[in-house]
Amino acid sequence: MDTNTLKKKANKLRADVLQAVTNANSGHPGGALGMADVWSVLHYKYLNDRPDQPRWEDRDRFILSNGHTCPLLYAVLADKGYFDREELDHLRELGALLQGHPSTAKGTPGVEFSSGSLGHGLSFSAGVALAGKLDGQKYKTYCSVSDAECQEGQTWEAAGVASHKKLGNLCAIVDYNDSQIDGKVSDIQDVAPIRDKWESFGWSVIEIDGHDYDQIDGALRQFNRSDDPDGIPTVIISHNVIGKGVSFMEDDYKWHHGALTPEQLEQALSELGVS
Amino acid sequence: MSTLVNQRGEKVKTRDAYGEVLPRIGEKDEDVVVLTADLAGSTRTKYFAEEFPERFFNVGITEANMMGMAAGLAMEGKKPFVSTFAIFATGKPWEQIRQTIAYQSAPVRIVATHAGLTVGEDGASHQILEDISLMRVLPNMKVIVPADSVQTKAVIERVGKDLSGPVYVRLARAGFPVVYEDCDFEIGKAEVLKQGSDLTIFATGLMVANSLDAAEELESQGVSAEVVNVSTIKPLDVDTVLGSVKKTGRALTVEEHNVIGGLGSAISEAVSERHPVPLKRIGVEDRFGESGSAYELIDHFGLTADRIAEEGESLLDGEL
Repeated sequence: MDTNTLKKKANKLRADVLQAVTNANSGHPGGALGMADVWSVLHYKYLNDRPDQPRWEDRDRFILSNGHTCPLLYAVLADKGYFDREELDHLRELGALLQGHPSTAKGTPGVEFSSGSLGHGLSFSAGVALAGKLDGQKYKTYCSVSDAECQEGQTWEAAGVASHKKLGNLCAIVDYNDSQIDGKVSDIQDVAPIRDKWESFGWSVIEIDGHDYDQIDGALRQFNRSDDPDGIPTVIISHNVIGKGVSFMEDDYKWHHGALTPEQLEQALSELGVS
Repeated sequence: MSTLVNQRGEKVKTRDAYGEVLPRIGEKDEDVVVLTADLAGSTRTKYFAEEFPERFFNVGITEANMMGMAAGLAMEGKKPFVSTFAIFATGKPWEQIRQTIAYQSAPVRIVATHAGLTVGEDGASHQILEDISLMRVLPNMKVIVPADSVQTKAVIERVGKDLSGPVYVRLARAGFPVVYEDCDFEIGKAEVLKQGSDLTIFATGLMVANSLDAAEELESQGVSAEVVNVSTIKPLDVDTVLGSVKKTGRALTVEEHNVIGGLGSAISEAVSERHPVPLKRIGVEDRFGESGSAYELIDHFGLTADRIAEEGESLLDGEL
């Protein structure tokens, strides 16, 4: 897929997120919008999967640790055909396939991990990556982590263990948007200097502008080139703008969660060029 | 069919039995992997590590992380055994167990050692008396407390096979009197070890041996006590529990655990809803432990055969 198509895909994902969250009248749209560009390149260009065989043994694993951003995951999975697009209209409803936070118990195709409680995903991903290494499998394990999850102690337990156990098949992607529920990460409990922290935990660090497609592609290409079974894990620190693509949402932590009004949705969709 | 020993021999540690049987399971099944958090020696998982270093992972003191990793391994088809002290296997990473193991029904084998008072000298910080309660409340979680080293081997062999979800196995630091000659273990099955007609003593773990001794004391005083080993606390064998109390009409529960939330609670829930009878819970009375040697503490906290027999008599006298 060329960059223009990927950019269009990203905006379509953003639109699906906003539509679903507005329908549900609750959810977390801001972070999802900020991650859409990186995810577009990852999911449409790099991730090796088979939507008609969600548990295909050789698939790359994508694990969402910052589970509240799941409307973006659901939008990707629906677009790829893991399940019917109509499911997006029932997000967060009683009995819905698409739970408020990702649920393997609910059996949502393509969901690898039940998240929602922050800080758990990197440990789980390390277990998944370790299983692949033990079996000599070629799959890669990606784990989406938020910047504020780097406040959780468990993230660093996992970071230390993953490098010590040489999980070179593991790639964490940090959504560095400087936003969490109560305000800016840098005001509440800063995670900087984030690059130094990951490096000191033994990770290969790639820092990118999460809206620059050349940089996104370069980072994912670099990780995918490394094929050393005893390599060190990679982290892509992606500087993202919360609410990216919608003028009244951009760079405002208040959009961490909350639904749009119908009027706001209309404006947002028009700005995204999706009707 | 299980058989019991005729004569009590030396005490044997349940964790030693675990350490002995785990490599034999690993030998037969390459999917078995073992994780510990800097307690390979104490939990006896070091014997597995010596034979299968490539499938053994000491993750350092990262218990929360260890539970998450075990969940990831289990979801990929591995059979992870996770071992540390019971306090660090249940209390510290409880939320990780809830979210990534129980909620996902990931077949992780949490085999914890050093549960209960019999940790001894290390004192209250290490003597978890709440673990059965903490694990029992989690949907999808099974809870097993072997009575001795022989039953421990049978339990570990069983949970090394395929499981549909997670299991918590509670082992101890100190040696336990051996009660079984042979143990035929089935998950979810309580076992009547001694028939009786006047009251039922439901016991788990170390308290099975003490309850058998108490039943002998009672016998000499003309009281016929039935002893049931409730090794699986969840799912509770309700049929066996109710069958026994329907026959005897009185129930004692005995556990090396807080009286809140453990065996006593599980039996009370089943009995009070389905066939109410006079019932007394023996355990640690909602307090923390303290330093001392293992069996001094059992005595100090009133978990001896004499105390169980006394409570049995009081129950028969109607003194609740």
